[in-house]
Amino acid sequence: MKLKHVVSLIGAAAVAGSMLLAGTASAEEKVGFVYVGPIGDHGWSYRHDVGRLAVEKEFGDKVKTTYVESVKEGPDSERVIRQLAADGHKIIFTTSFGFMNPTMKVAKQFPNVKFEHATGYKRSKNLSTYSSRFYEGRYVVGKIAGKMTKSNIIGYVGSFPIPEVVRGINAVALAARSVNPDVQIKVAWVNTWYDPGKEGDAAKALIDQGADIILQHTDSPAPLQVAEARGVWAVGQASDMTKFAPKAQLTAIIDDWDGYYVARVKAALDGSWKSSDIWGGFKSGMVKLAPYNAAMPADVVKLATETQAAIEDGSLKPFAGPFNKQDGTEAVAAGSELDDGVLLGMDWYVEGVAGKLPK
Amino acid sequence: MTGYEWIIPVVLTVITAATPLVFAGIGELVTEKSGVLNLGIEGMMLVGAVTAFVTATVTGNYFLAVIAAAASGAFMAFLFGILTLSLMANQVATGLALTLFGVGISALIGQDFVGEPVQAISKLNIAGLSDIPIIGQILFGQDPLVYLSFIMAIVVSWFLYKTKAGLILRAVGDSHDAAHSIGYSVIAIRYLAVMFGGAMSGIGGAYLSLAYTPMWAENMTAGRGWIALALIVFATWKPSLVVVGAYMFGGITILQLHAQAAGFDVPSQILSMLPYVATIVVLVIISKDESRIRKHAPACIGKIFHPAA
Repeated sequence: MKLKHVVSLIGAAAVAGSMLLAGTASAEEKVGFVYVGPIGDHGWSYRHDVGRLAVEKEFGDKVKTTYVESVKEGPDSERVIRQLAADGHKIIFTTSFGFMNPTMKVAKQFPNVKFEHATGYKRSKNLSTYSSRFYEGRYVVGKIAGKMTKSNIIGYVGSFPIPEVVRGINAVALAARSVNPDVQIKVAWVNTWYDPGKEGDAAKALIDQGADIILQHTDSPAPLQVAEARGVWAVGQASDMTKFAPKAQLTAIIDDWDGYYVARVKAALDGSWKSSDIWGGFKSGMVKLAPYNAAMPADVVKLATETQAAIEDGSLKPFAGPFNKQDGTEAVAAGSELDDGVLLGMDWYVEGVAGKLPK
Repeated sequence: MTGYEWIIPVVLTVITAATPLVFAGIGELVTEKSGVLNLGIEGMMLVGAVTAFVTATVTGNYFLAVIAAAASGAFMAFLFGILTLSLMANQVATGLALTLFGVGISALIGQDFVGEPVQAISKLNIAGLSDIPIIGQILFGQDPLVYLSFIMAIVVSWFLYKTKAGLILRAVGDSHDAAHSIGYSVIAIRYLAVMFGGAMSGIGGAYLSLAYTPMWAENMTAGRGWIALALIVFATWKPSLVVVGAYMFGGITILQLHAQAAGFDVPSQILSMLPYVATIVVLVIISKDESRIRKHAPACIGKIFHPAA
């Protein structure tokens, strides 16, 4: 009797399941997203999820999106990505640097599924990479910070010492020192993308060491809260965090993936998708800045707006020479600039950054 | 900066980093002393954090928020109790499940509160005392939960080693059969110990969402529940050492951030793993010297109690 129940239950489930599968296959295409943090981090993963919702809005019933949040980088992510691929997702976005090798591996096993990996550099026929030139935003922020600091110390909460993060630190240092040569950047690495407590602690340590502006390359608004409580300036990360620091937030560097995600899903649907490598900045709309703090003096706002405009029209290259490496040797001579290859592998500080870069 | 001035901000930051660990550690200590291993601290802390945050946002009453956090943590522990004590499920598996459950349910409850800031719990400010140089701010300028964490550590220490009820609790943890045969209700006592542990984890979570980083964010404990668990082994099940360990773990984290900001050449990754290395070292040491384990570690930890007919 009991066994019979179980058998019939399994049978019913199997029938229901296959109907469900058949239904999805004909009516809608599945689009998958893998996030490193919770969508409620109000930062990095949150912004990717906003992009996912833009896809849903754009295509309505034609697509069905799935997301898996808080996926640890490394082997665990491979399982998640493979699961999505096996489940019949047509295109899968993996949105953290540490998903690179797992994505590559799964992409090889599922040649008919299209993969898109954010911030990485490994590509194949069915694996694209995409990223934002966040450093363009950081360059503008650096100009603002150089003008606003009184202690001439800018604190920077770093996640991991990877090129993406180092590039941001260097962009800030170059920009800040272009308007204020005495500025020094102090960096505290927290070795995590997301740990509000630790990020806040790092901000406190930096403020205690004299920083009066807190920048961050981690995902929670905790450093801004600390800045607000301690009465120093800060810049939001990934999304507008002004709610957490109405007085302290000067601006925020906003990631905008909406346009890219919609375009890529469209390409996957109409068959025009090709493996590519997109690295967009202000011009492509992938990087935006939140409205400036009303307390910012007019000349600083003007400088920031002009800097952004100059980057957009290409007349200003953040990594144009001449500037030196941390040890004083010349990094780039006057008249030339760092190419994307060097930027993507950047593992050295420029002059003006204090401390040693962990390897 | 010159002289000792730099110490004050460091100590102030260490206190905030250590307090949630003290709460969760002391609570789990009582649970383990009764012979139950609850690996669900992380989940209970998260539920406590979200409950405190929601209560504080809706009512504006922080006292109520902390009470609610304790109650929600105790409720989570109660569920754990039903499964492991009454239904005799495996404690390790159930504890892990409790953590996963806590992560999920807290995210669900907190959905509408993501991205909403809340005023931090106000700190003590005693005219005169709080203004004393150096020690004034450290001793008399904390938020009430910091003081509560110390009070709880002292109370638990006193309870476990100076009261009859504490002796009974330890007896249940050391030999549930013996305690049962002389007439103590092993299951009831364990329920109370487990729920106390849950309540303390809940308050630890409340500290995170109301004082440490006054906001709600999914998974905001970021592994602190696991550190609390390691802490108890590190402390060889002694309440005073749990507090020392919590401050040491907190201290290492903060000092390495300061060292980095000050430009000292320290590999931050190595310092980040120090607490865990310390725990493993202690584990190895106490495993070699059995008398130490016998002295404080509950002998029946993790064992399921089947009352003899």
